[in-house]
Amino acid sequence: MTAAPMEQDRLMAKGLTLAVGERIIQRELSFTVRQGSIFAIMGGSGCGKSTLLRSMIGLLPPVAGTVSVEGEDYWAASETRRSEISRRFGIVFQNGALWSSMTVGDNVALPLQMFTRLDAAAIDALVQLKLSLVGLGRAVDAMPAELSGGMRKRAGIARALALDPDTLFFDEPSAGLDPVTSKRLDDLILELRDGLGATIVIVSHELASLFAICDDGIFLDATARRAIAHGAPRMLRDACDHPTVRAFMNRERPEQSTGAGASDGQS
Amino acid sequence: MNAKLAAPHWTIQRRATGVILVLTGDWIALETGIRDAASVQSLLSEAGPFTRLEFETSGLGRWDSALIVFVQQLQRQNQLDESGLPAAARRLLALAVEPEAAQASVSQTESRISIPDWTGRRAIAYWNATIGLTELLGLAVLRGSAALAGNARTRTVDVLNLMRESGARALAIVAIVNGLVGAILAFVGAVQLRRFGAEIYVADLVGIAVVRELAAIMTAIVMAGRTGGAFAAQLATMQGNEEIDALQALGIPVFDYLVMPRIAALVTMLPLLYVYACLIGLVGGGIVSAVALDVSVATYLEETRRAIAIQQFIIGLTKSVAFGALVALVSCHIGLRAGRSAADVGRAATSAVVAGIIGIIALDAVFAVCTNALGV
Repeated sequence: MTAAPMEQDRLMAKGLTLAVGERIIQRELSFTVRQGSIFAIMGGSGCGKSTLLRSMIGLLPPVAGTVSVEGEDYWAASETRRSEISRRFGIVFQNGALWSSMTVGDNVALPLQMFTRLDAAAIDALVQLKLSLVGLGRAVDAMPAELSGGMRKRAGIARALALDPDTLFFDEPSAGLDPVTSKRLDDLILELRDGLGATIVIVSHELASLFAICDDGIFLDATARRAIAHGAPRMLRDACDHPTVRAFMNRERPEQSTGAGASDGQS
Repeated sequence: MNAKLAAPHWTIQRRATGVILVLTGDWIALETGIRDAASVQSLLSEAGPFTRLEFETSGLGRWDSALIVFVQQLQRQNQLDESGLPAAARRLLALAVEPEAAQASVSQTESRISIPDWTGRRAIAYWNATIGLTELLGLAVLRGSAALAGNARTRTVDVLNLMRESGARALAIVAIVNGLVGAILAFVGAVQLRRFGAEIYVADLVGIAVVRELAAIMTAIVMAGRTGGAFAAQLATMQGNEEIDALQALGIPVFDYLVMPRIAALVTMLPLLYVYACLIGLVGGGIVSAVALDVSVATYLEETRRAIAIQQFIIGLTKSVAFGALVALVSCHIGLRAGRSAADVGRAATSAVVAGIIGIIALDAVFAVCTNALGV
């Protein structure tokens, strides 16, 4: 691609090959995430969805290929520059990954204390705001261990919102949540996108929420170790010819046994 | 539930169409056990060649996994015609067949490795660990000087909390250990010195041993067990809970935020605890001398004051600073390199304590050689 990336391309991956140790997880991934879209990383358990996410947020250097953030090569940047770029990201980990030695309020406050020169009163006000956005306004002084799974996940979102990011990453947002809570979380993600104008990348295999909120995506296959489909989940369900994708999207068993889903617990 | 079970039996019948295995009785794993298919196999091979093995199950009573395992064993070496089996059993057999590709992708590690291979891997792993620790030491020096200049992202509140945790809360155990060590030294010395009528020198023995060696070593070992293990377990747990990923993803330097406060806390607290340990150790020795040796408290104090040169104290204090840095570095290193499971947390805590204690003793030996060479 010789032309400068268009302004609405927030993230772009080109020829990305990922490995954990000596094991190649995925190869030759290329995709773009448009500004303001909700982009889904889909695929069966153990196909490398979370690994791809880790390489986009600076936790796992790819063995080949590039990730660019608004045209800037993310992994070629210096470590300082990379952490500056990362500060524009908000990341919601699978189980919240709240710092367990701090209260929920302090969890949200830490990024503000680390990266801004705001005084304590301003930080308190911001923390209160972010927590009320996710419906946890009263849980400021609770310890993470006292929260339920869904509350922990929402507190994780509040922390991800602390620095007013323009890109939010979600790792399996609805894993382990009941359908109602999971629906509420989907609504929250949509509202955050519209309210903050943020771009959102979601790793998920929850069909209901994929269809409900995502407008673009990539489908990774565990056996082929590459992307086998691109597009919005709804479109893939209705129009994709690939048997693995169709089976996944329609909750069927694939016609031929592909061995997908054999290595559980990776995601 | 019928209490009476018929024993499971099989017989082989040869017919024009092929070989038929007739199964009768109840095949319940927990009560009748699992029949060995090997005897069927040997009978079959004696009886000559055949193409398919069929089943006849009209006399079959209740059955469970015992039957499935039996048929599976036959399946490995024979062509089976399963149509004679109960429908439910056929479904279970079909479900139990694993696709080969799936099996291969789960177990990718080789099951057996040769001794040279193992030795090589271990050597590389140890070499990498050494490099990692050296790297951490270098970082500690670089970031430590940055922190002194006020450029590090280390929070004072964390340092103070860790100081309380590793310093103030350890006062009791440090007092118990060092008081007893001082008392034991006095007892051992008393028995020997009394034979020469030199009881008064117990004060010299206790004083020099405690101030120069034992207060520093015993306190450091207590801290390696108490605080080093806790540091490693805490960092390993944070690793498993993605908390460290969350820090890194935000761009908060893990070293500044997690390792520096721990080093700072131990490097400041261990010397303070050492001074405290010296006092308690001397008191322990003094009590034993006064009670068991008829050395008056005043004489003991005077003799102690005379015996301990200031350089003994400086040597002990220097050691305690070094031990503090060592325990903090080793335990943080092990905690940060731990895996992500619950078992890894336990393993990290154990190896932090072991490596901490070995490191303290080895470092003390280095100090002994150095002070000997310097003649102090």
